[in-house]
Amino acid sequence: MAKVSMTVNGKAVSANVEPRTLLVEYIREHLRLTGTHVGCDTTQCGACTVHVNGQAMKSCTMLAVQAEGAEVTTIEGLAKGDELHPMQASFKENHGLQCGFCTPGMVMAGIDIRRRHPNADEQTVRHELEGNLCRCTGYHNIVKAIMNAQV
Amino acid sequence: MYQFEYHKASSVDDALKKLSSADDGKILAGGMTLLPTMKQRLAAPSDLIDLAGVYDLKGIKVDGASVTIGAMTTHYDVHSSAEVQKAIPALSKLAGLIGDPMVRHRGTIGGSLANSDPSADYPAAVMALGATIKTNAREIAADDYFKGLFETALEDGELIVSVSFPIPKRAAYQKFPQPASRYAMVGVMVAETADGIRVAVTGAGPCAFRVPDMEKALTAKFAPESVADIKISAEGLNEDIHASADYRAHLVTVMAKRAVAEA
Repeated sequence: MAKVSMTVNGKAVSANVEPRTLLVEYIREHLRLTGTHVGCDTTQCGACTVHVNGQAMKSCTMLAVQAEGAEVTTIEGLAKGDELHPMQASFKENHGLQCGFCTPGMVMAGIDIRRRHPNADEQTVRHELEGNLCRCTGYHNIVKAIMNAQV
Repeated sequence: MYQFEYHKASSVDDALKKLSSADDGKILAGGMTLLPTMKQRLAAPSDLIDLAGVYDLKGIKVDGASVTIGAMTTHYDVHSSAEVQKAIPALSKLAGLIGDPMVRHRGTIGGSLANSDPSADYPAAVMALGATIKTNAREIAADDYFKGLFETALEDGELIVSVSFPIPKRAAYQKFPQPASRYAMVGVMVAETADGIRVAVTGAGPCAFRVPDMEKALTAKFAPESVADIKISAEGLNEDIHASADYRAHLVTVMAKRAVAEA
């Protein structure tokens, strides 16, 4: 077992985990934060995207022990009480979801895209979304939501 | 994933010590290939030695003649470095075409080169620019580094420390990505270096290789039409459900033409 400590959504957490525990398993099964989804489990779909020290990463392809000492933000850490994060609000406004399974990863990736490209145009957003798959193929409104978010 | 012991290295020496005392240890860089491979149980190391805490291995240094990139520098850091963009724009562009943004935030140049995936992007740049791979033990020239499918000149217990790219007069990279994975079905970098024109191909063969016929033709005249009629043999090229060897051979010419036009 390995001891791991990190900050998740502003809260210090620590646990003894098997070294092979993935970050997403730690988040979902130990911390019971089930907003972060596992879609493909093979680094392709992006449903498991979280922020680690401010950068979007795929939590299914990272060990929990690799996040030792890191600041992790999951979808649960975005809203302030009842007030949605501007990216979440934009997904609601633009109907940027159909079944909703990919949405947590899309929102986390969207925030990261706009952080790196504050005035991202449609082409940039589409290129930057290469690592996030929407099985409903609802990309049109997802792209609109990311472009128009008031972040 | 099978169980393993996890160790965090504090220095290159510490990593090598931990590696040699492990039964069947593996170095962990960004983990973008190793972890998926372990999840599929295609790899089952007894120990992982994580280099993330070896801060000397991170960073980019540019002097008048070359760009030196630490082994643990991420693709994102290479892509977004203003210094790399200025010195070797083709290298910055190449790094920005690897995988997706989340993969680029974690994957590292050292990890990519140590793994030497036949479809990885960096090998094309290492070969075309005539880079030098520095390890804890020695310096390896690009032309001596790639040995075959997932095979390199690295010995057991040898660790990449940095990669030094001489700054070319001009260079360009063109890639035909596999549409799902974004790996290079075929990628070609063309460079005019101090040692002449170099053309390097990734994705097509078991490992990166140069195309002497194209280099000769471009030395005579650096123009897309110089390579337009140069076909490479499909023999021994990669073949899978995405592309036949013939198609890959064809793509080498197309990508080379585009790279020359862009350079």
